[in-house]
Amino acid sequence: MSQFILVQTLNGLSFAALLFLLASGLSLIYGVMKIVNIAHGSYFMLGAYIGLSVILWTKNFFLGAIAAGLSIGFLGLIMERGFLRKFPLQALPQMMITLGFALVFRDLAFLIWGGDPYSLPCPEFLKGSTKIFDVVFPIYRLFVIGMAALVALCLWLFNEKTLVGAKLRASVDDHEMAGGVGLNVPLISGCMFGLGAALAAFGGVMGGPIFGVYPGLDFELLALGFVVVIVGGRGSLKGSAVGAILVGLVDNFGKALFPELSYFTLFAPMAIVVAVKPTGLFGRE
Amino acid sequence: MKKSYVPIIKIFGLCMAFVVLVLLPPFYSSYWITLVTQMLIYAVLAGSLDILMGFTGLSSFGHAGFFGASAYVVAILTTRYQMGFFTCFVSGVALATGISLIFGLLVAHATGVYFLIITLALGMVLWGLAFRWVSMTGGDNGIAGIIRPDLGLPISLKDPLTFYYFTLVFFIICLALIIIFVRSPFGHSLKGIRESESRMKVLGYHTWLHKYISYVIAAFFGGAAGVFWAYYNGFVSPYDMELTASIEIILMVILGGPGTLIGPVLGAGIIIFLKNFISAYTHRWLLIVGTIYILTILYAPQGLINLINDWLKGGEEKAETEGVT
Repeated sequence: MSQFILVQTLNGLSFAALLFLLASGLSLIYGVMKIVNIAHGSYFMLGAYIGLSVILWTKNFFLGAIAAGLSIGFLGLIMERGFLRKFPLQALPQMMITLGFALVFRDLAFLIWGGDPYSLPCPEFLKGSTKIFDVVFPIYRLFVIGMAALVALCLWLFNEKTLVGAKLRASVDDHEMAGGVGLNVPLISGCMFGLGAALAAFGGVMGGPIFGVYPGLDFELLALGFVVVIVGGRGSLKGSAVGAILVGLVDNFGKALFPELSYFTLFAPMAIVVAVKPTGLFGRE
Repeated sequence: MKKSYVPIIKIFGLCMAFVVLVLLPPFYSSYWITLVTQMLIYAVLAGSLDILMGFTGLSSFGHAGFFGASAYVVAILTTRYQMGFFTCFVSGVALATGISLIFGLLVAHATGVYFLIITLALGMVLWGLAFRWVSMTGGDNGIAGIIRPDLGLPISLKDPLTFYYFTLVFFIICLALIIIFVRSPFGHSLKGIRESESRMKVLGYHTWLHKYISYVIAAFFGGAAGVFWAYYNGFVSPYDMELTASIEIILMVILGGPGTLIGPVLGAGIIIFLKNFISAYTHRWLLIVGTIYILTILYAPQGLINLINDWLKGGEEKAETEGVT
């Protein structure tokens, strides 16, 4: 029994790591620009697909991850500059645009990579498994957890300890005042959008060896990302991290204990948080 | 001067609708009859969403969940328990309404985009249930073999034309009920919430309760449409309640013009037509929907009906339904 709990906890944490990479961008984009980005799950999926192609071509996992991050980050920047900028702070039109893009991306991905599910090859030196307290656990999953922790640490340092991070926080708290005191809020938000997209794509490549990439992955993860944002609170990094861990664990234990109701188990934490604290655990209003 | 065209166009439109929907169908080919039946079912669905999106100003991204939930009820009751039409109809609508009574408690407090995030997540929870609860819903394979109901009438609904007229009656009843609902004092209070919730609060309205009821009523009609969809299609699968399905309904409302009812009905017709027409030539339907979405937002953000209205009125008067957020 304790073995079961340990294995499922580690599995849940590795899933939480991926959710964090997805949701931190989603949450910050919402926090700074009030944009609900429906295309965010698509970045994750496209990132995994691009990573797959680059890995098959160069035989290098990390080149794939970097290529996916850079290209999708650039794509996000173009979307923000070219389209979303036309509707500043108009939540609904902005969201509809991202929605249109999400559908276009989904179909283009289907056109290019087809409908078959793929699994990304795991890098050679991370294959195999290790023993933790008598439990055999794949090294790669531990690597993913470590990677997400590293990203979280970098984001936290960037957000709390650098000048750009301070400007970013100012824009989250009050974008009007931030603009009023001379911060270039459009530039900050554009970069934020690109960074969020790149993180999601990076997450897609990281997740590739674990659950692969297939059509429909985009919206499935988007919904999970939203649950993380609802639970953790909008525009908060800490919230994204705690929310991701919570959702990752609940989802994983749900899958293990009640496989038929697995998606439905997410309803419980979401309902409780919305009922008790509508802004999310770490959200401010 | 130009304004006097509007009533004439309305009467002309009604006459056209009467001819096209009531008089001509016996002369349509069977392909067109099934297509128009599908349009009517989706028109009810789009109209039900318009109560929320257009009149209350709340964009729900999980509306297909109610539609699908009641369709699943019909599928399960007819294929496993051989239940009749009325049992299926009542249980399907009851389940959809019941779910909305629970979900509504969570979403009715939310405003603006936050409402949308929560409804999206809740809609996906329902989808996940349909997808993974294999013993009940058949999972990815869905449930096939739903036979058209036998009402004990001399005519059989297995014939596409009689089923069409049956659906038409259902469509007219639903549309009439929705029109009565939105024109009632309660419906006006919803419009008030759309325009300014804080002002309505100050005037002493329980805006929370009004939003809650609006959400439940929308789910009620969405569930009713789902019952007909199950009978029409004979097959229910998780794809009927996926996010893309909810997105299509929203597109019908946005394209037609939120808050006009007739707009979403036309929008449903256009989208269903395009979907069937285009799928004969290419499988790139989502690509086209995505592009329509982007173009609609860029060039016709008020919807087609309001665009036409503006154009008829010579742009003197702006349409009432601006800034639906």
